[in-house]
Amino acid sequence: MGELLNIHSLTVELPTAAGWVRPVNEVSLRIAPGEALGLVGESGSGKTMLSLALMGLLPPGARVTGEAFLASDQGQQKDLTNLSEQEWRDVRGREIAMIFQEPMTSLNPVLRIGTQIEEAIWAHEPGLARHLVDRRVIAALEHAAVPEPELRAHQFPHQLSGGLRQRAMIAMALAARPKLLIADEPTTALDVTVQKQILELLDRLRRDMELGLLFITHDLGVVAKVAERIAVMYAGRIVEQGPAADVLRQPLHPYTQGLLAASPTLERGKLRPIPGAVPQLTQLPPGCAFAPRCQYRRGECERGVPEFRPAQSGHSARCVLL
Amino acid sequence: MIPFLEVRNLRKYYQKGGGILAPAGKGERFAAVDDVSFFVAQGETFAIVGESGCGKTTLARMLLRLIEPDEGHVFFEGTDLLTLSPKKMREYRRQMQMIFQDPFASLNPRMKVGEIVAEPLAIHEPKLQRSERLAKAGKILERVGLDKDALARYPHEFSGGQRQRIGLARALILRPKLVVADEPVSALDVSVGAQVLLLLRELQAEFGLTYIFISHSLPVVAQLATHIAVMRAGQLVEFGPADLILTEPTADYTMELLAAVPQVPRDPVL
Repeated sequence: MGELLNIHSLTVELPTAAGWVRPVNEVSLRIAPGEALGLVGESGSGKTMLSLALMGLLPPGARVTGEAFLASDQGQQKDLTNLSEQEWRDVRGREIAMIFQEPMTSLNPVLRIGTQIEEAIWAHEPGLARHLVDRRVIAALEHAAVPEPELRAHQFPHQLSGGLRQRAMIAMALAARPKLLIADEPTTALDVTVQKQILELLDRLRRDMELGLLFITHDLGVVAKVAERIAVMYAGRIVEQGPAADVLRQPLHPYTQGLLAASPTLERGKLRPIPGAVPQLTQLPPGCAFAPRCQYRRGECERGVPEFRPAQSGHSARCVLL
Repeated sequence: MIPFLEVRNLRKYYQKGGGILAPAGKGERFAAVDDVSFFVAQGETFAIVGESGCGKTTLARMLLRLIEPDEGHVFFEGTDLLTLSPKKMREYRRQMQMIFQDPFASLNPRMKVGEIVAEPLAIHEPKLQRSERLAKAGKILERVGLDKDALARYPHEFSGGQRQRIGLARALILRPKLVVADEPVSALDVSVGAQVLLLLRELQAEFGLTYIFISHSLPVVAQLATHIAVMRAGQLVEFGPADLILTEPTADYTMELLAAVPQVPRDPVL
């Protein structure tokens, strides 16, 4: 099959006071080895819940249906929807790693950077000799383009700038040589000049390490920089997916079109907002969840959730207009 | 002619590495805002852009004396605000209001929206009856795009975009001349942020407002600014008309910031 990750009709349900909601609803996605998929969505779209499902980190009480196959060593497939906690320990960190928006909340503030990378290496290769681990720590930092790696390994997270902290996070995430990296808004808290460097670093590492990258963001400009393919998520569902250039240049779904028109650029006077607000998951309309905000809405939009309709090779959207 | 707002040689110093845990005498003084001067004419949107730690928020707060400057002057319609007594300053403050980045943190969760929006009236126009205050609050809420029934509800019942509208209503109820907006759309979703930006533009025309607009984002600033000042390490590296700064910047740093903005490839189809 050649896929690294193959998600088929994945649904995550969570119990709330108002009944069960589906933050992830019949999501199907594929990522090939070395491929970068950008997952675009606003708050409440379900993009983070999807990534937590892929890491086995869903909140207690969550119900998962569907499949998410990860190609493992020796050509076997692991279904991530159906792993024991023991099996997760082998997958998390070693086969799938994750980096987050705010490295300060995911780094341990009282441990030196080097010690934290050591832990990541030892967790997956417990027998490794001390001097080899030390060398691997420095190599991991060098790999993430951290300047003066020996010095940084001895420092604590608060002694590093935001950009360096994110590099240290990347070094830690990649120290065990995973095949898939999930990056959840990794540059949102950074200044633009630092963001540019981190995006370039992730792109280089992906190519060097044949790393599958699931890059989650709300920022279409950022996704244009890193992703080869894009999936757009709204109210728990993928509403459009295709090659990055096609999705950004010829968006098919009115939501994608609206998001592009509402994203500020350096051009002045072109901004057009989407009316209304993202719907609550407890109050989704029966048909297309975007219909209440859509200027092209018609009767059939409310009758049922539109199936994916293809427009051209690999580019499709859930919209009755196609 | 007296400029609407003039900032002259404004400075603010902080201690490096201070804090209660730092050893006594530690840390050198550094200038968070270092000799900043500029003019703003009435009706303009003067944007201050810079990366985190550049001093833009400190600068904005000093304009309203929410932070006391160490040196310099802030002239508002010719009056140096820094020489005013606290009582006099309060009178001036009703003409200048602030809106904040985080609409979740800036509204008192235990007050009803009506009280939050009407509170400035209670302070500055104590003779008004409560019912008159609430009537005015209802009107301004409607103007910023919320229903009148918002008056009796609490902040947590509203989305981020709606809360930012509540903050705007509170800022505008005294009909100020100057509004300082500190990252007003940074915490909002793209589609909602665009709504708030366009609303700010409408309200500016309608109420004759002058904006000081603080942001880290050049694309956001480009939507509203008539003038842009680029700030780095406490100093303005350049400022001028927005069109000029965006298309023909002269400072290397501005060019660097512009080049780092991730752009979406566009087709004219849209």
